[in-house]
Amino acid sequence: MGEIQVEAENKKYEPKIAAFLCNWCSYAGADLAGVGRVQYPATIRTIRVPCSGRINPLYVLKAMANGADGVLVSGCHPGDCHYISGNYVARRKFALIKSLLNHVGLEEDRISFSWVSAAEGIRFAEVVKGVTERVSALGPNNGIFKVDDGGAADE
Amino acid sequence: MNKIINDIRETARQLLAEGKVDVVIGYEKGSLPLKATPCFVHSPESVDLLIWDETCENNLAGYLAKTPGKKAIVAKGCDSRALAVLLQENQLVRDDLYIIGVSCHGVIDQRKIGAEVGEILEASINDGKISVKGMEGDKEYLFTELKDATCQTCRYPNPVIEDLHIGETIEVAQEAPAFADVTEMENKSNSERQEYFKEQMSKCIRCYACRNACPLCYCQECFVDCNSPKWLTGGVNRAENLFFQAGRVLHLAGRCVDCGACTRACPQGVDIRALNRKMTKDVYVMFNHESGISEEGKPALNEYSANDPEEQFLVKE
Repeated sequence: MGEIQVEAENKKYEPKIAAFLCNWCSYAGADLAGVGRVQYPATIRTIRVPCSGRINPLYVLKAMANGADGVLVSGCHPGDCHYISGNYVARRKFALIKSLLNHVGLEEDRISFSWVSAAEGIRFAEVVKGVTERVSALGPNNGIFKVDDGGAADE
Repeated sequence: MNKIINDIRETARQLLAEGKVDVVIGYEKGSLPLKATPCFVHSPESVDLLIWDETCENNLAGYLAKTPGKKAIVAKGCDSRALAVLLQENQLVRDDLYIIGVSCHGVIDQRKIGAEVGEILEASINDGKISVKGMEGDKEYLFTELKDATCQTCRYPNPVIEDLHIGETIEVAQEAPAFADVTEMENKSNSERQEYFKEQMSKCIRCYACRNACPLCYCQECFVDCNSPKWLTGGVNRAENLFFQAGRVLHLAGRCVDCGACTRACPQGVDIRALNRKMTKDVYVMFNHESGISEEGKPALNEYSANDPEEQFLVKE
């Protein structure tokens, strides 16, 4: 019994991060990182989307509601979109999502957006490392969107 | 008899008699004091129901798509902006529409009265003065004291699109939009803002009155009603309330015309406008875009520019 407790205490907190990656760039970038055996923390849960323009703001909210500690959204660099303008359209949306969620009091580092191309395997690993560090620093998500918290705690 | 009301009735009578429209959508006296209610006039005989005053608070633009046939609508500034957005989004056929524009001095915020004199039993409006008999006392107000928050900073009291204008137009200093309310909120600390919105969201009972009152919430199936994927469980708790409000506000980003219909419709007094205003400010500052100011153009999130700002949201490396 004692041993298990010690083990649990020693176990470092590992955040769970929902990573929405665009099929053509960031997903391929993540793949390249894997093929090149570049190490990065196993904190992300990859969800492949056809384009960063496919990201519905509700995806981000739902991930937070279901208990993800962080959300990472990544697509092609502006100008490189497989569908010409998907990420340009997404860019406006991302700016507003981030701004609104910070406004209602969500920690800034919980939600990250980045552009990673199919050639940037090493950079992808760096991005994940950075995001993991910042989310770890915030600790587990018991934030304003998490549903099982339900807001009952402070009533 | 008020000249504006007279002109509205006369116009409606003519339009219906000549068969130019099948229905005129306007306001009639409601069953509660200081509350006008939407009115659908189908025959020239009933045009005398139509009224116009400071209690005409509903945004009628939302009824158009649900009303078949050719229709005329009595539109104030914000109604016309909602119409412009609906036209931009191809939700309405311009040829089926006759817009009777009326300049608006603002509408009454009932909540302010209710907070002081309780339930309103009787009320009369005379020359910018409003005398109210309430459950807990009587009081006389100046209209300027009771103006709705959104009307106090209104920059479009005159309709932006119209086929006919009734009454005088209102002079406005066409200065850049002011966002003092949003800035005040932004200057608070993260935790203060979080507390504020937690408190607001605890009040919400998710009756969706805000969504139903909104002229631009026209999705066939709202995400809150969707079963697959099931975005929300249907239980009312603070976290899901915020999910709903944030989701709705993001749907309205770059489209909201700040008519205040959602906030006035809310039975719980949730400060929904605080969220919408934040988005309106961001869209204006980041993309230099104001929604619904002309029939042409697109909503802000339907277009893009190669120079859109991205420093604020991109991950720091």
